[in-house]
Amino acid sequence: MPDQKPPVIENAVLQVRDLDFFYGDFRGLKNVSLDVAHKKVTAFIGPSGCGKSTLLRTFNRMYDLYPGQRAEGQILFHGKNLLDKSQDVNLVRAKIGMVFQKPTPFPMTIYENIAFGVRLYERMSKSEMDDRVEWALNKAALWGEVKDKLNQSGLSLSGGQQQRLCIARAVAVRPEIVLLDEPTSALDPISTAKIEELINELKSDYTIAIVTHNMQQAARISDYTAFMYLGELVEFNETGTIFMRPGKKQTEDYITGRFG
Amino acid sequence: MSERDASGGIDLHIQQVRRFRLQDVLFHYSTQLFAFVVLAALLGILVSLTIEAWPSFQAFGLSFLWTNVWSVPDDQYGALAAIYGTVVTSVIALVLAVPISFGIALFLTETCPVWLRRPLGTAIELLAGVPSIVYGIWGLFIFAPLFAEHIQPPLQAALGDVPVIGGWFAGPPIGVGILTASIVLALMVIPFIASVMRDVFETVPDVLKESAYGMGCTTWEVVRNIVLPYTRVGVIGGIMLGLGRALGETMAVTFVIGNANRIVGSLFAPGTSIASTLANEFGEADPGLHIASLFALGLILFVISFVVLAISRWLISRSMGSEGL
Repeated sequence: MPDQKPPVIENAVLQVRDLDFFYGDFRGLKNVSLDVAHKKVTAFIGPSGCGKSTLLRTFNRMYDLYPGQRAEGQILFHGKNLLDKSQDVNLVRAKIGMVFQKPTPFPMTIYENIAFGVRLYERMSKSEMDDRVEWALNKAALWGEVKDKLNQSGLSLSGGQQQRLCIARAVAVRPEIVLLDEPTSALDPISTAKIEELINELKSDYTIAIVTHNMQQAARISDYTAFMYLGELVEFNETGTIFMRPGKKQTEDYITGRFG
Repeated sequence: MSERDASGGIDLHIQQVRRFRLQDVLFHYSTQLFAFVVLAALLGILVSLTIEAWPSFQAFGLSFLWTNVWSVPDDQYGALAAIYGTVVTSVIALVLAVPISFGIALFLTETCPVWLRRPLGTAIELLAGVPSIVYGIWGLFIFAPLFAEHIQPPLQAALGDVPVIGGWFAGPPIGVGILTASIVLALMVIPFIASVMRDVFETVPDVLKESAYGMGCTTWEVVRNIVLPYTRVGVIGGIMLGLGRALGETMAVTFVIGNANRIVGSLFAPGTSIASTLANEFGEADPGLHIASLFALGLILFVISFVVLAISRWLISRSMGSEGL
């Protein structure tokens, strides 16, 4: 087994250093360190319960909502530690958007689903807002399908469309990073293909971190892949290296389907 | 297996199926019967109220509804004072109770520390279980004197000179009256409204709230834009439940409203409500117009409650239609 060198990432947006995460007394992440590269897709794979979603949820401090959950260590974003108590969580979340496993359109119209988030941070005229909504829906490859029904409820869309609406909603506030937590696991193959295509296009403007159960998906769309197991980062490297010449026995076993 | 056995088995099977079918039919009709009993009771109450109230409507016509007279010696009756008292106390009670209940429900579901959630929730449910007579004696013997001494005078001093609303706080601070009844009513409906609101707030999926927090929303923004629209139907339902209870509440109101059959602009003045008029006068009412007028009041209360329910249904269906929920 070749001993692979870790990747050299010049312009990391997020630098995770010695990160530990606790659910009460349970340690869900153990000493994780890695860099998330600027305008690249970083995939997190591993069996259920390995901590990949937990790691993603530290990037926007989502765990803050739940008492008893806490993170220790450092996640540097523009030179500042995201985990600092003094860090303004709302501003972090404006810069680091998130899309969830199940589509979660807000209980409002398609238009309002997009405009809502924008209005939190920017004051703009109606026509500017119209432009922004169209721009975001175009980014999510949804404009053509919904342009005639912007005033219908977001819940009237199909599952795949709802998920693209959620992606549009996330990019509408122009974040730097988009976190995707198993965004296609509730979708059919055609919708999945559309979202993968979309991720490929989005990475020219955004840094993307995606958690996925689907190894082929990670192989298809990501530039870097992190394999996690039992709360530890087993191996992190360029996606090609992870899948073709993994440096660790565990990684090889997982990607060849021997466990997981 | 012999042929006879086999066909016997089939016969048995058919018999069994028939029996099940019969059971199904019986079950269907018996449950239907129970459901119709409710309808029959409702109709029966409506019909008997109308029959008993008829002499009064014959004597006074529809003007019974807007006549401000209630004189047993002259045998002249009009419902306006009682309707006014009922509606005004209930509306003020809701105006006071809804924001407080909303705050309680929000605190319990969104910001309350986990260890406090259960005891606080239980306390609110217990408050809902306190018998109304207890609220009544507490209101009359403890709250009303305190109110007269410590709250009414400053309220009068602060708001008495304000145009329009100043008149609401005019008159001697005697404790019992419309406003006191409204406040006691508010206390009584808060637990109902708050626990319904809490229950419906809890039905909002975590992941939906996380999505909104994930965009950088504050707790208030999440509540206003996600939780409230998502639970609107349940929230309206909870408020209407409270309103229904406030409209019909009898004992507590009878204790503190002052029982004066008249309409005065001031909220400090004693008044009456439909339910408290009924409670006060049924015992010594003479057969004839007096009893008939009391029945007419009962019918009016019935109709008001029905209209409130109908409006809430309409609000709910309309808001569901507009958002496609």
